[in-house]
Amino acid sequence: MTWDWSTVVDVFPHIFEAMWTTLGLTIVCFTVALIVGGIWTFLKRVKFKPFNWLISFIIEFIRSTPPLVQLYFLFFAWPLIPYVGVTLEPFTVAVFGLGIHFSTYISEIYRSGIEGVPKGQIEAATALNYTTFQKWTKVILPQAIPPVIPMLGNYLIIMFKEIPLTIVVGVAGMLTAAEVYGVNNFEYLEPYTLVAFFFLAMSYPSALFVQWLERKLNKRHESDNKKSTKKGVTTS
Amino acid sequence: MSNYIDIIPILLEGLDITITVLIGSAIFGYLIAFLAGFGRLSKNFIIRNFTTVYIEIFRGTSLVVQLFWFFYVLPGLLGFELSAYLIGVIVIGMNYGAYMSEVVRGSVLAVSSGQTEAATALNMSRFQRMRFVILPQAIRMMLPEFGNYLIQMLKATSLVSIISLSDITYVGLLYRDANISEGVAVFTMLLVMYFIIALPLIGLTRWLERWASKGVATE
Repeated sequence: MTWDWSTVVDVFPHIFEAMWTTLGLTIVCFTVALIVGGIWTFLKRVKFKPFNWLISFIIEFIRSTPPLVQLYFLFFAWPLIPYVGVTLEPFTVAVFGLGIHFSTYISEIYRSGIEGVPKGQIEAATALNYTTFQKWTKVILPQAIPPVIPMLGNYLIIMFKEIPLTIVVGVAGMLTAAEVYGVNNFEYLEPYTLVAFFFLAMSYPSALFVQWLERKLNKRHESDNKKSTKKGVTTS
Repeated sequence: MSNYIDIIPILLEGLDITITVLIGSAIFGYLIAFLAGFGRLSKNFIIRNFTTVYIEIFRGTSLVVQLFWFFYVLPGLLGFELSAYLIGVIVIGMNYGAYMSEVVRGSVLAVSSGQTEAATALNMSRFQRMRFVILPQAIRMMLPEFGNYLIQMLKATSLVSIISLSDITYVGLLYRDANISEGVAVFTMLLVMYFIIALPLIGLTRWLERWASKGVATE
């Protein structure tokens, strides 16, 4: 097997076209993960022990079982469940399978962000007679969101790299395009290498961007601290 | 309900592959993690850049893509076939090794510089410093993260089913193909089995976290 540039020219458009599916799928999956992750965080804050244990169990179960099997479950088993089951399109399976799997990681990030807000801030807001809604929108969230953005960015990249998994339920992403081309032309070297290259070409710059963002946010945080110390304000 | 229980022995046929792939890739992955982690800390220009390229390639491309590449492309390049089992272990090990090498590097760097300076003052060699002062403290920080990655690797072993290794996922899929109406039972039991295998690993990670945070002086 030797590297053949004419094959590369031949297969490139197929993979480039499939890249949009992969990218689009990543965005939709990530949106689902962000929303469902928020729901988990909210449910975990409900102060009723048995309910809390139940939610923790569900989250732990989803986190520690393979996303591959979860995709199979949604695709093959879900339609068979009486009364609730409906046949899902491969795209929907991919979105909900990976979206729900990643939502469990993302809810941890939200939690760390919320816990990072100093307690005194919330107490001060209570002292100012803020309603719960005001406390969240005006005090907690504005401080909790910026530090977690780089972490969310990391998960966006990780999710992008998990998308090829959806080949097992037949979503037409980059890997599927390479496989189809490989089977039809008995050429595996160029298509698969090209797919790997595409992934690297997109995830590596994004990772660098996230690192840069992290450094920038850290620096701003530090200079904020310095400024407030100068003014004689103590920060926790 | 009885069909749920009947499926267990069928799935258990794949258990040995799942467990041995997990153990193999974990050992290989930790080995790579230390090699690449120290490689990136090396003073040698060539070693450092070589490991950086390796880490970025394995972290930047997807594990599934790597599995396909090693399975379909590599035999043609090498001229001989590697067994699917070996490919599974090597690819999962190298992929997670690349991620864990950052844990090794970060932990070694996190040991405070005063420790290194004190060891230098005691006239220890570079090797002695690493062996007696830095590593014992760094490993303590690494272990909880290693536990987390062990659970990740367990989940990744399910991917060897797509390169036709008969792990529990593969066995389950075969059974479902023959008995399509059993789909719910097969995949539910698969999820439950993975969770049961993960339970001791979750416990181990929690224990390591507690152990690692105990009695450590913080600055």
